[in-house]
Amino acid sequence: MLKVMGRWLATAIPIVLVASVLTFILTSFVPGDPARTILGINAPEAQVEALREQLGLDLPLPLQYWNWLTGVLHGDLGRSIVTWGKVSTELGSRLSVTLSLMSIGLVVVATFGVSLGLLSAIKGGVFGKVVDVLSLVGLAVPGFWLGLVLVAAFAVAIPIFPATGYIRFSDSPSGWAMSLALPIITLALTGTAGLAKQTRTSVMDELGKDYVRMLRARGLSERRVFLHVIRNAGAPIITVIGLLFIGLVSGAVLLETVFVLPGLGSLTVSAIKSHDIPLILGVTLVLSIVVVTVNLVVEICYALLNPRVRA
Amino acid sequence: MIKRFFHKPLAVISLVWVVTLLVLSIAAPLIAPYGPDQQDIMHALEGPSAAHPLGTGVLGLDVLSRLLYGGRVTFLSTAISLVAYLSVGTPFGLLAGYRGGLTDKVILRVSDIAYAIPGTVIVLVVLAVRPGDEDAAMIACGLVSAPSLARVVRSATISVREELFIRTAVVSGLSDVHILRKHVLPTVMGTVIVHAALFATAAIGLETGLGFLGVGTRQVTWGQLVAEASKNLGNQPWLLLPSGFIIVTFILAFGLIGDGLRDATAEGYSVRQLPVGRSTVKDGSAAVAATADADFAVAEPLLVVDGLSVAFDIAGRPTTVVAGVSFSLRPGEIVGVVGESGSGKSVTIAAMLGLLKGTGRVTSGTMRYGDRDYELSDVKSLAALRGGRVALIGQDPMSALDPVFTVRYQLAEVIRTHTDLKGAAVDARIIELLQAVRLPDPELVARSYPYQLSGGMAQRVSIAAALAGEPEVILADEPTTALDVTVQAEILDVLRALGKTVVLVTHDWGVLVDLAERAVVLYAGQVVEQGSIADIVGDPKHPYTMALLRSNPYFAAPGRPLPAISGAVLPPQDWPAGCHFADRCPLAHPECATAPVPLVVTTGRAGVTRCLFPEDVSGMEGVSA
Repeated sequence: MLKVMGRWLATAIPIVLVASVLTFILTSFVPGDPARTILGINAPEAQVEALREQLGLDLPLPLQYWNWLTGVLHGDLGRSIVTWGKVSTELGSRLSVTLSLMSIGLVVVATFGVSLGLLSAIKGGVFGKVVDVLSLVGLAVPGFWLGLVLVAAFAVAIPIFPATGYIRFSDSPSGWAMSLALPIITLALTGTAGLAKQTRTSVMDELGKDYVRMLRARGLSERRVFLHVIRNAGAPIITVIGLLFIGLVSGAVLLETVFVLPGLGSLTVSAIKSHDIPLILGVTLVLSIVVVTVNLVVEICYALLNPRVRA
Repeated sequence: MIKRFFHKPLAVISLVWVVTLLVLSIAAPLIAPYGPDQQDIMHALEGPSAAHPLGTGVLGLDVLSRLLYGGRVTFLSTAISLVAYLSVGTPFGLLAGYRGGLTDKVILRVSDIAYAIPGTVIVLVVLAVRPGDEDAAMIACGLVSAPSLARVVRSATISVREELFIRTAVVSGLSDVHILRKHVLPTVMGTVIVHAALFATAAIGLETGLGFLGVGTRQVTWGQLVAEASKNLGNQPWLLLPSGFIIVTFILAFGLIGDGLRDATAEGYSVRQLPVGRSTVKDGSAAVAATADADFAVAEPLLVVDGLSVAFDIAGRPTTVVAGVSFSLRPGEIVGVVGESGSGKSVTIAAMLGLLKGTGRVTSGTMRYGDRDYELSDVKSLAALRGGRVALIGQDPMSALDPVFTVRYQLAEVIRTHTDLKGAAVDARIIELLQAVRLPDPELVARSYPYQLSGGMAQRVSIAAALAGEPEVILADEPTTALDVTVQAEILDVLRALGKTVVLVTHDWGVLVDLAERAVVLYAGQVVEQGSIADIVGDPKHPYTMALLRSNPYFAAPGRPLPAISGAVLPPQDWPAGCHFADRCPLAHPECATAPVPLVVTTGRAGVTRCLFPEDVSGMEGVSA
């Protein structure tokens, strides 16, 4: 297991670094002068110049990056040029919303997706049809549109759920659950089928393998045979779950906008719209760390399932 | 591939829909009833009416017209991102797969990095750099997705690279660019097109999403219409439908086109298997016609297979591949089942345990084992025999074991299923079994995973697993084919020393002469000869047995070319009514082909042959070299 962690660190750190360099270069082309944005159009040029110097914006790009990076390593991600609030504080409060939405969404999707996939692999018939229809929905219906339809139906026409907004768990657990219900239903409807399909394919692949036939030839019960199949089919299913999570994080940009949830996704959109570079850098950094961490979890699961990876 | 694609109604309808939308969007300035920004304040936010077939949005903007104009943006954006996706993903994938080595490593690393940044965020950052420049955003979208295409193309290329025609091209000194363009690209094209269609669905989703977020182009788009609807959910929910319908059907169309292309490509490589029918077997030939076979049974048999017929669906039609095979086993003897590939040896063995693969099913036949009769088509009752009474040893030892469990786990499972042993007794039994198959370090092997074993060790473990249920009969399906010659001999020694009743499937006469007392010779789904090894090898009474023996190196005369049987076994769907071997037989007479040939008792010995002229076999000439 330590080996897996070590291997992961050896690739993950350079990947996050390179990704941050690329975003840094990219954001340096964002039009507008942050110092000017902070001080307003009417501020005297000398004052703007002074602030630019103070923020290090007059330095060459590699040096600016170096300053940013050393700041990051000390937990300082700079300040938003719009609100002048600390980027780290802003990200911290937003991350929990996104992560709770995505984790619950993932658990729901994984539970339904894997069980539906297993059922359709073993029983076929009706479950297979459900998976096929759902996978068309998952493929063709954009989550943001489906979310709006759900809001129109179950928040506006029949007001069961709140249309938009987020209620903190600490303020009201039931309110929190209700505020996340529609987004999670949206995630479940669009994400379940892809996973179910992958589960079905992997299980069917395994069922066709020689060792399964030999397990049967040795007289093992179908239940025992199935345990072998699941364990072997696990790796590709987990890969898809990992990709799904990464997809959910990307999709948060739209979903959080639809449901007006104060998460990383909606923060990204507002940072982009207001050209808030420190915030954009912070968001991409956090998201790339989330992605490589998900990959680590996938790797660990692989290693747990497959002795060859462990070795 | 194109032709097969047009046989898929859903895919064709989808293509028609996409083309229709394309034409309508291009023609928007000509056919749209209103301009994209033409206001009709008196009729703002209304449902469908004669003047506005799909209703109006804020300021009375006509929804239908705006959808038509919006299509222009979606098409252009999709096209732009597809160009970026394909023109970067394909060449880099080809290069990585074809060159390998450092090029491959660098390209893989770059794609790793691209994976770590959520694509949507990059696209949004590009929009921060160039506000409202949707073309730039869509190029970025294509570029961030290109690495995943490169990976797919890379693996496809790697598998083509090893093909003979590519290697020939390399050897004949053609330039790499030429080989990639003329030879590799066409073969990976199918994969590329399928992925392009799937990418298009994602790109359209993203494009409409950008419109919805209000960060895309200033022109009217489908996504903007959704955003407009989202602001008026309370007073005009209808607005969600036209834009939603067009987005969903457009993406769906690309998805279905992708599915159609994928299936069309896949069918190019394999004949599609039809689902198993429970129908009775109807094949053109009379191969399954009952023959008046001589009743040939050994005294006091342990197990008798009687009249086993098996059918598979070949090219969608049920086809008999084993036709009325009967044989019996005495307790403790080793019986060889011999024949060419495709003669039905393995299928016969599998049918005895109800373990036929794929569409295979037993159409007739019974098995008597001990004092019970089994219908061979009744898989459930046969399943009760597995492991504890009749065990199977397979051909490929490496694939016979579950790769993710230790040997100990896999043996313990079988022991617990078939015996009452518990705890330490199970462990002791595992060691005992591994010693019985002569593994030198049973403790170490028990702890090992299958990938840590050599082929010979894995086959011993697999034999141990077969023994773990303490069966009386062992069915060994070419147990040494996949192994080195030296290991083969050791495995056969192990089998011999077991003292069990063994059915040994093989095409190796040497093995048979060494091990077996009796042999059953199969040809094209039928028993053609049966008897003691000494009789059959010394004086075969069927021309096929003779030909098979002569073509075996074990009996070859030194200094003379090794004879081979001319022609090949006919595929099951072409089996004739008469003798299945007639077309390859140097002794064939016209009457051989007219009617099914029955098994007859061989004069003067305990055996049967399916030949009308058994006495001519010994003088048989012309088994062509």
